[in-house]
Amino acid sequence: MPAATSAATAAPAPPKVLRVSEHTIEIVSDSGEGAQKCGQIFGAVSAKMGNGVWTVELIPAEIQPPPRVPEGASGNRIRVGEHAVTNWGDRTHLVIAFNEQVLLARHRVDALADDAVLLVEDKWARSDDADIVEAWNAAMKELSGKHYRIIPVAMEDECLTIVDNPKKGKNMYALGLLARIYGRDMELIKQQIAHAFRKKSEEVYNQNVALLELGFHWAEDNIDFRVEIPTHPAETPLVVMNGNEAVGMGAIASGMELCAMYPITPATSVSHYLSEVFEKFGGMVHQAEDEIAAAGVAIGASYAGKVAFTITSGPGMALKTEMLGLAVMTETPLVLVNVQRGGPSTGLPTKVEQSDMLAAVFGQTGDSPHIVMAPATIEECFHVMITARRLAETFRTLVMVLTDANLATGVTPFPKPTLDEAWQAAPLDLSPVRDGQKAYDWNKETGLSERIIPGRPGGMFTLTGLSHDDRSKVAYSSDIHQHSSAMRSRKIAVLSSLLKPPAVYGADKGDLLVVGWGSTKGAIEEAVDRARAEGLKVSSMHCRFLSPLEPGLREIFARFKKVMTVEINYSDEMGDPYVTEENRRRGQLSLLLRNATLVDVDCWGRVPGEPLRPMSILEAIRGRLPRGGAA
Amino acid sequence: MSQVCGLLPVLDQGEDHEYEMSEYEGARARWCPGCGDHSVLTAVQRLLAAEQLAPEQTMMVSGIGCSSRLPHYMKTYGFHGLHGRALPVATGIKLHRPELAVFVTTGDGDCTSIGAGHWVHALRYNMDMTVMLLDNNIYGLTKNQTSPTTPVGFKSNTSPYGGILPPLNPIEVALGVTNASFVAQTAEWVPAHLYATLRAAYHHKGFSFVRVLQRCPVFTPAIFQDAVKDPSRIIMMVHDDGVVTPELDKVYTSQVHHDPSDLAAARAMAEQTDRIHLGVFYKNSSKPRYEELRRVTPRTPAERVQLLEKEFARYAV
Repeated sequence: MPAATSAATAAPAPPKVLRVSEHTIEIVSDSGEGAQKCGQIFGAVSAKMGNGVWTVELIPAEIQPPPRVPEGASGNRIRVGEHAVTNWGDRTHLVIAFNEQVLLARHRVDALADDAVLLVEDKWARSDDADIVEAWNAAMKELSGKHYRIIPVAMEDECLTIVDNPKKGKNMYALGLLARIYGRDMELIKQQIAHAFRKKSEEVYNQNVALLELGFHWAEDNIDFRVEIPTHPAETPLVVMNGNEAVGMGAIASGMELCAMYPITPATSVSHYLSEVFEKFGGMVHQAEDEIAAAGVAIGASYAGKVAFTITSGPGMALKTEMLGLAVMTETPLVLVNVQRGGPSTGLPTKVEQSDMLAAVFGQTGDSPHIVMAPATIEECFHVMITARRLAETFRTLVMVLTDANLATGVTPFPKPTLDEAWQAAPLDLSPVRDGQKAYDWNKETGLSERIIPGRPGGMFTLTGLSHDDRSKVAYSSDIHQHSSAMRSRKIAVLSSLLKPPAVYGADKGDLLVVGWGSTKGAIEEAVDRARAEGLKVSSMHCRFLSPLEPGLREIFARFKKVMTVEINYSDEMGDPYVTEENRRRGQLSLLLRNATLVDVDCWGRVPGEPLRPMSILEAIRGRLPRGGAA
Repeated sequence: MSQVCGLLPVLDQGEDHEYEMSEYEGARARWCPGCGDHSVLTAVQRLLAAEQLAPEQTMMVSGIGCSSRLPHYMKTYGFHGLHGRALPVATGIKLHRPELAVFVTTGDGDCTSIGAGHWVHALRYNMDMTVMLLDNNIYGLTKNQTSPTTPVGFKSNTSPYGGILPPLNPIEVALGVTNASFVAQTAEWVPAHLYATLRAAYHHKGFSFVRVLQRCPVFTPAIFQDAVKDPSRIIMMVHDDGVVTPELDKVYTSQVHHDPSDLAAARAMAEQTDRIHLGVFYKNSSKPRYEELRRVTPRTPAERVQLLEKEFARYAV
């Protein structure tokens, strides 16, 4: 295709129709130009029409980065498929960019397919400012290295026929372009616009619809192709949301009533959502003065009644460490959600990583046995909260839930959960305690005990973070700490005995087993499908529990010649300078698995600050499986 | 959150049971002989008996330090948590169970140093609880380290050549916090005043902050000795709406009539550190209380499911 064509023609020929099973679309702009709203509506409408959809936000690290700089690229990436879409995919096929600099950003991170179609606001090419024109020309030169098809669009000039401030309307114009190109249902789009601007006036709605139609008609007159992705309307009701909303709704469905938090990206949107709705459900969000206090308030509330939860990200989890140990030591149920971002330190606040696993499992001082779970999909972000609350209560301990920025900001439809009242916490039992009931009536086999909450006559005792005996009396003799440590630890073994071995995706034996955890499941399975189509004997498996690990791993691993984890955390590659088998720093899951199974589990990890692409995982698989399969 | 209030079972003691002081006694106190903490423990037990608080409806929350051992010596529910973190735990308890009577004991290190952030915010939350700062000007449990309230020149294991920074004045800090509603000072060696002050604090609806001046018999036995020996070094702030202890009038003759609603006067007095002021510096019952502001309508599981169905409709594809 020609590198730069003008699409404007007097008498348009009927558009060429591209029939594809999936397409990935991006809309990128400077921060604050509304690209995300455009992308969200496009994704929602595509889902309603019966397409699989996975939407991710492209977020700059700053709130108001300077305009027209690549670092400020902000927007949405929407992968639309004929069937369910489980991850953000590989490269983008069509981009709408509000300036050439944000487009360059996407080009430079290799986000765009070689033959991508790029619709670019071209007012910059016609600017009075020579620097801007020069920047435009330089960008076009840089982009010309690929086979992109660049279509200039005078978006702002068009919008100015309707609005005074084009910055406020371009996103709806862009939505109109997409609606025409992808044959989206305009009525559904208008409904979404009405919902999105429900707090604004009808005039705002009308203006947005006018902009939408303007874009639609321009595309009709000027774009010489259309894209058709078959739709299959769902037979069961679906809901569409991001992982943080799913966590919030799951918390409500579990009957928890208190979320104590301190603002931290990318976890905060859970509390934004809950702050809006939680009180309606008899719950509340407490914004504490710091991360430590957030954990303390949750522990206090849990101790006094129903299990409470706190939500944070890596740096916040680090600050809460001492509180987490307190929950474990006092056997106070607590749910902590860590929406992981890149680290260490402040790291990559808005970007995905899976680097907190070892800190989550082992990061507390002393011996601190607790439960760590990792939902693999946005749907699981909902259900994990119900399980987490129940496990925290039953096992009287800390349950950590590790999600990540990919799940938090990804948006995809899933079957509407069938709600069950039994998921919710029971009403508080304030009856007198049994005669002789102790603060920790440990079952010597299981370590489990019934917890006593304040208000129960006859049960008075002082909970303490000091080592204590079963009556919660501070331990002064040597055997007590040994015994109480065993009781707390035993509970984890008991939980492990109740779990099922993980399912293997693909054949149950072969040359390579790829093992993942958390948000990478969709991308890993897509890569495995492609590898199997190439004839490689590859299967995959996903860990939902990290402490304890699910049972049966050794037996599963034995059926494969090679086992390798795929993780979004840093690991040395064999062959790197100075790196040996002995000193190699390995992927976090691979360390856990090696420890638990004594199998020589290999790892492949990357920390690009974005979700893994199936293509990259496929390449890693090919790299580990030279011709002829594993050695 | 607070739906339990109406569901409380009838107390097993029956309504006509009268609690004796001894019914609030827990394990034998293991503080050093002569420690001011013993006085506070007795005053608290006396207060609970006077108020006839059901032990199972009473919470003693503490952090870490000598003073934070107090919950163990009570026969109520207790939460002996982390150093500096008693207030967040108490906040969580009170938010979820506002019907419980909550008392917090903390020390000068626990409250004004490692827990200072929580202290400021707890004053601002103004939740209904009684907070006792047992201030002996030293870290005792970890054996003689300088605390924020240690006097200049005082030699400790961490300041062997004497403390160099002016000590923090917890009363000034408390009076400086927006929405603080009750700030008082008393002394461990004046038991009648200690008791009367705790009682006034308990009766105040809101965050009642009481600094109890104490001597550590091991590390700071001399700090308040001048005032102990010479009552004229103490100025009693008296007011009908504050603390009134007529039985002490003959001993503590230096008195000032101070209206606890006068914040400016309270601050001015807090700054005068040449003599010790005892009594209520500030009291304001009209300040908003966080647990009241956050009161929500409780929901049954069935209601919650019904509402959640509606919520899912907003996200329906």
